[in-house]
Amino acid sequence: MWKWLHPYAKPERSYQLASTLLPWFAISSVILLTIGVVWGLAFAPSEAYQKEYYRIIYIHVPAATLSMSVYMAMATAVLISMVWQLKLADATAAALAPVGATLTTIALITGAIWGAPSWGTSWVWDARLTSYLILLFLYLGVIALNNAFDDKALASRAAGILTLVGVVNIPIIKYSVEWWNTLHQTATISKFDSPSMSTEMLWPLLINITGFAFMIGTLTLIRFKNEVLARNSMRPWVIELATKEGIK
Amino acid sequence: MTPLDHQSLNYTPLSYGQLFMKVMNRDLKVAIHNKGDILNPLIFLVIVITLFPLGIGPETNLLTRIAPGIIWVAALLSALLSLERLFKNDFIDGSLEQMLLSPQPLFIMVLAKITAHWLLTGLPILIIAPLLGLMLHMEPLAYPALMITLAIGTPVLSLIGAIGVALTVGLKKGGVLLSLLILPLYIPLLIFATGAIEAASLGMPYGSHLAIISALLIGAITLSPFAVSSALRVSTN
Repeated sequence: MWKWLHPYAKPERSYQLASTLLPWFAISSVILLTIGVVWGLAFAPSEAYQKEYYRIIYIHVPAATLSMSVYMAMATAVLISMVWQLKLADATAAALAPVGATLTTIALITGAIWGAPSWGTSWVWDARLTSYLILLFLYLGVIALNNAFDDKALASRAAGILTLVGVVNIPIIKYSVEWWNTLHQTATISKFDSPSMSTEMLWPLLINITGFAFMIGTLTLIRFKNEVLARNSMRPWVIELATKEGIK
Repeated sequence: MTPLDHQSLNYTPLSYGQLFMKVMNRDLKVAIHNKGDILNPLIFLVIVITLFPLGIGPETNLLTRIAPGIIWVAALLSALLSLERLFKNDFIDGSLEQMLLSPQPLFIMVLAKITAHWLLTGLPILIIAPLLGLMLHMEPLAYPALMITLAIGTPVLSLIGAIGVALTVGLKKGGVLLSLLILPLYIPLLIFATGAIEAASLGMPYGSHLAIISALLIGAITLSPFAVSSALRVSTN
């Protein structure tokens, strides 16, 4: 059943697959983000209480939601690398970390900008915000650990252990708004049968989330390709590729 | 005679309890020979605590309010200082590698080393904690809560910290990285511990906070030795 997957354990095949997928991801993300951002920021109806400034939701929510997904993706890659000893999963995890850290930063900054007018403060030490800040620290720790070792394989294994330890934080972030009384509101859009948001506002948001997902895919593919090249720089196929493309 | 015949190797299998005691006693003995390693983090703790009243002014009310936070933050920082020696010397002189090679379960040995570390660093903090509370004019009602949170919280510091040390022991400049990796993981403990002491000083029940810290302790005891073991295997390569 999984036999078709086996050839991709070879770095060369995976590199080619990433190259083939890259333009599709890039085009999809550009199209979806253009539609979502223009619709959300310019045409969606304004909100009853927050008027126009609620529109930052179209950046804040996709970044925040997907930063947690990226962490889970990273943890899954680490698990795969530990269980099946796939070297490429290490490259994936290393490629994902900075992307996730950037998304987390974006979500924190947009959250602060949004909080200033709506809550009257940019930052509160409540459970959601604090646990989310820890997520950023975890990302930074993983990146730091990845850079601390000279041997990339060793670095990935060390960073992988930290990644798995940090998974504890993800459910805490997710449920912090239900377990504690927080200033941050509870989930709005994940209740699909009865969303607490009007559909004209919801559609651009969903499009933006998908667009962000494709953008993450694009960035990760680019970084993945680089990681694969860096980890296999002595292999004949990489040298051949480098001579063909011309080393700049 | 098979290669694994214990008699032929002149090797007596140890029970888990014996192994635990052997490793722990060894670590305690080594530490007693280097007294500075135990005393310095403790002196650091006292100095940090002294700095706060000097830095923010000796106003009694203010100190009473922030005392739990200061004591706990100082405990976290001194734990970070003392953690380095958990595996470093063993790594340098090669005995860590011998432990990894030995047929004994690594889980038990790691747990024994962490226990020894707690006895040497966590327990002294617990003993001088009332004195620190006195220095900071802590609310008298809060003393039992301070002692209980430190008693069940400081083992968590050693257990979680051991993961970070194990990950960075092979690095030349692991110290700064260690704090970057470990301090975020300490945050939940800090929140619940100071929450418990604050609740106690207001005369409110703090059992729920203690329950969560105990849960952290149980989770850390069961899971952290596994993480430490695999991290040590990575670090010693």
